[in-house]
Parts: sequence; structure tokens; C-alpha cells
Amino acid sequence: MSDEAEFPSRYAPVDVDLRNPILAAMLAWLWPGAGHLYQRRFGKGALFMVCVLTTYFFGLTIAEGHVVFVRLKQPHPHYSFLGQIGVGLPAMPAVAQKVAKDMGWGPLFGGVMAPPSGKVSIDQHDELASWHEKLGFAFELGVLFTTIAGLLNVLAIFDAYAGPVFTVPGAQPGHQASPSSD
Amino acid sequence: MFDPLFAALPMEEINRLWYALPLVVTISLVYGATRHELPGPIIEHALRFGLWIITFMAIIFVVLWLVTWGL
Repeated sequence: MSDEAEFPSRYAPVDVDLRNPILAAMLAWLWPGAGHLYQRRFGKGALFMVCVLTTYFFGLTIAEGHVVFVRLKQPHPHYSFLGQIGVGLPAMPAVAQKVAKDMGWGPLFGGVMAPPSGKVSIDQHDELASWHEKLGFAFELGVLFTTIAGLLNVLAIFDAYAGPVFTVPGAQPGHQASPSSD
Repeated sequence: MFDPLFAALPMEEINRLWYALPLVVTISLVYGATRHELPGPIIEHALRFGLWIITFMAIIFVVLWLVTWGL
């Protein structure tokens, strides 16, 4: 049975010109939506850009810039950064802050995305603890929003690299429609 | 009218649930956009997926509410 007969026409796969998929994926990581704009998929580019960046910057703002930072060592490793890095350039100041700290320089950009200063320990009131104390629920919310934004952009990166995974409502799970060869 | 479900929760906790709404919208739209190329199917997919997320969250909410009953 052909795809056209099997699926409603509105859900039929659409030919997508991915141009250079690797370059598009890299652009999509660097700036959410940029890979799709490069592929001239302007609607989806705008959609990814607005959704991902709004979510990311909302989370960053509500937590006063303290929820995106690089700290992967014990105690209290900030593993959320592995998700947050998915938004690309908007998370890069955190890497610059980490380098600045390791080099012994002061925090850059007014301390936004800087890792907690001083020693972080389990049994002492360090700067990380003071952020939690000051921000409370906003800190958790900021981590959630910024991490989800990064993970959503991973989906967008895959879409820029390989195009959409066409699915049809009611179709059997795992059944993926493929563009016809004609 | 007395509502035993929400009477057990402080109003501050209930208001926090509103933060889930923008997340559901963005996740649904982005997920829908990775499954389709045209705006119509993207929106339809996002609506179905958003409804599924809210239903799932509601089920989890009720399960947690029941297992913590009386704590």
C-alpha cells in the first residue's frame, strides 16, 4: 500500500531540503532555530527560537542568573548543565566564567552564570546554599526551565540534521512514514 | 463549597502549578514540530500531546495525593 493511500494527505511526508545537515545541526546547537533558518525552514526556525529561548531566559531570569553554571565535581555537582548546554551560545558565558575562575580572575559579566565562589561543602553555609536560601522555589524552577530548554533544543538539532520524524495519528507505534521516491 | 482535595494544599502550592503551563505549551509545540513540517499538523500534534501531558500529570497528581493521604 502506498503512503498516499495509507495516510491522510495532510500528514503525508513533505520533501525537505536539509542543505548541509551537519552545518545545520551545528548552527541549530549554536543558536536555537538558526539551523532551520539556514535551511530556509523559517516557520520552524522561528518556532524553535521563540520556544527554546523564551523558556531558557525565563528560567535564567527568575533565578537571577545563578542556575546556569559549570561545576561538575563533588560535592553538589551541577549536572543540569549537561542539559543546559544544549542551548549553545546562550549557555557559553557559564563556560567563560568557569575558565575565569580557574585562571584566578574575578567573576565576569557581573557574576551572571558564575559558579559559586569559595569552597562548596556539605556542612557549611557556602554561596550555593545562600542562593538556595535566597531564591528558594525560584532556584528549582530556574534549573527546570533552563534544563528543559536545552533538552528541547537537542530535539531541534536532530530535526535540523535529519528532518522531521513524520508520524500519523492512529498509526501503529514505530511506523514511520517515509517520503515516496517519485 | 468545601473541596477536600484543594483544602489539603496551601494556596501557594496550587499557584505553583501555573508554571507548568508554559512548559507544557513549549514542550508540545517543539515535540510536534519534530514530527511534522507543516503548521497545521504541528499544531494538531501539539494539542494532542499537550492534552496527553496534562492527563498524565493529573493521574500522577491523584496517585500522589492518595498515597500521601493522612500524612
